[in-house]
Amino acid sequence: MLNQSLKLNTKVFNEDVEQIPIRQGFGEGLLAAGIENENIVGLCADLTESTKMNLFAEKFPERFIEIGVAEQNLATVASGMAAMGKIPFVSSYAMFSPGRNWEQIRTTICYNDRPVKIAGSHAGVSVGPDGGTHQAIEDIAITRVMPNMVVISPCDAIEAKKATMACAKTKEPTYLRLAREKTPIITTTDTPFEIGRAQIVFTPEIGLAQVGIIATGALLYKALIVAHNLEKKGIKIKVMNLSTIKPLDTEAIIALAKETKAIVTVEEHQIAGGMGSAIAECLVQNYPVPIEFIGVKNKFGQSGTPAELIEHYEMGVSHIISAVEKVLKRKLV
Amino acid sequence: MENLTDTKVKELEIQANDIRESIIEMLVEAGSGHTAGPLGMADIFTLLYFHAMKHDPKNPEWPDRDRLVLSNGHICPVLYATMAHAGYMPMDELKTLRKFGSRLQGHPHREYMPWLENSSGPLGAGLSQAIGMALADRMNNGVSTNKTIYALLSDGEHDEGNTWEAVLLAGKEKLRNLLAIVDRNNIQIDGPTEKIMPLGDLGLKYEQFGWHVQEIDGHNFNEINDAINRAKAVYDKPSVIIARTIPGKGVKEFERDYRWHGVPPNKEQGEMALKELRALGEKIKSKQE
Repeated sequence: MLNQSLKLNTKVFNEDVEQIPIRQGFGEGLLAAGIENENIVGLCADLTESTKMNLFAEKFPERFIEIGVAEQNLATVASGMAAMGKIPFVSSYAMFSPGRNWEQIRTTICYNDRPVKIAGSHAGVSVGPDGGTHQAIEDIAITRVMPNMVVISPCDAIEAKKATMACAKTKEPTYLRLAREKTPIITTTDTPFEIGRAQIVFTPEIGLAQVGIIATGALLYKALIVAHNLEKKGIKIKVMNLSTIKPLDTEAIIALAKETKAIVTVEEHQIAGGMGSAIAECLVQNYPVPIEFIGVKNKFGQSGTPAELIEHYEMGVSHIISAVEKVLKRKLV
Repeated sequence: MENLTDTKVKELEIQANDIRESIIEMLVEAGSGHTAGPLGMADIFTLLYFHAMKHDPKNPEWPDRDRLVLSNGHICPVLYATMAHAGYMPMDELKTLRKFGSRLQGHPHREYMPWLENSSGPLGAGLSQAIGMALADRMNNGVSTNKTIYALLSDGEHDEGNTWEAVLLAGKEKLRNLLAIVDRNNIQIDGPTEKIMPLGDLGLKYEQFGWHVQEIDGHNFNEINDAINRAKAVYDKPSVIIARTIPGKGVKEFERDYRWHGVPPNKEQGEMALKELRALGEKIKSKQE
């Protein structure tokens, strides 16, 4: 059952669950943050509408800089603005920022320790028809590896809005991972959000859980469907929404491992270096349990519908169920 | 800033020569680092820190200070030496360059020295950071802001695409508070710039990107100062000063030789260089005003 205390969307398991692109939440969050704080500025690399920065740009044209198709300049100009007291938000597709401009982010934002907020839209294979060139499935790995960087991957548009507004108030360089597609709404405006805090969004009605699923981003929805379906078959699952990948909520992750002694991680990203790797790094040092990883297995994306691609790359409901079954068999006790 | 008197020029020449001596001493002690660029830029750094720039070593975080963004961080011996001579740190500290635990990292790092405006080393990123500062300054203080954001670049880093992305943007934004100074010394690690990747007429290129361009002798204090004054008077464009410099300037054996780009003098070479610089210093001091 859904964790009642989090005031989640009670219609999440309905066929007609409301769907909104996660990037929309970013656009609304940036606008709201901009209204609250005049030091917030927006910079975009010729994708203003696509990344939903247009909401901010239209309201605050004097605080918006159109950089053109130049992602290296995007990151470095933002670093300079931050040096003068601004809180710059930069947006592009994740493949180009933090993809193309990784070293500029490392040196001029993270090494310089400047509070630049990097919104990478169109992350994951669910970008769809644009194909593999535009599907960032390495971005969690390349951002979480940098000292000083905070990495947030919201599960829906409402959480994306909260994450955007929350990171507008912090001093850390931050990467916001956003998806293009319409995504089912899981949270509500009343659901609490705190950077660095994982949430158990689904729990067994009674008793301890046998498996813990840790999901990040839009695939949290599929993890919830799995838990909901398996509950009917008597398999008890806890589902964790890990929207902040760095810093990792190690306390919550270890607690989940101690309870379930079997973990499945779910992310729309390469398995290598992603959120699941972060979980493995944590658990292998603190409380080793069997882990199954749902993610892309060392392949590039391709054109297709989001649904086709999620199935093809083995990140669908059936794949998560198989992973749950497999990890149950691997349990040590 | 006002024009330079002959007395002032002499004072600056002596100062620059002292800074060059410090650079040699630092590099010999460090046993690694770059020689040609720091010596070549000593006159420009001296003019900036001892005349042109609005700054206060006793209050490094003074909000109204001008900003100096060093893009080609590898010439940091000249930055550190000039800042020490200007009073930002004890002179003794210069000997810690590139050593474990030192604030004077091999390439500048502002986590250890917070009054540096930026960390740098990877080329091509400094002009963009200066543009960001100039944009923010204009947002805060309007187009008539009296701050100057200086960006110091090498000619070699014009091979980087990031530099040209920045050149385009500054032209578009007409950033009158931005002043780039390019060290046109015609060398890079692998050889002469015009052989490695010809840059041709850099000034003409900047002009076509919407900049106000001046080309000067980067060792002539009056020319440097006049160019900065003229740049500040430009109202509707960013400015660039292409400063023709001699890499290794001050030590005849090092001058114009690209092989001195990325290596330090050894002890004997250092002593020879110091002897030459001391003699030059005496010559400047005895010059008739």
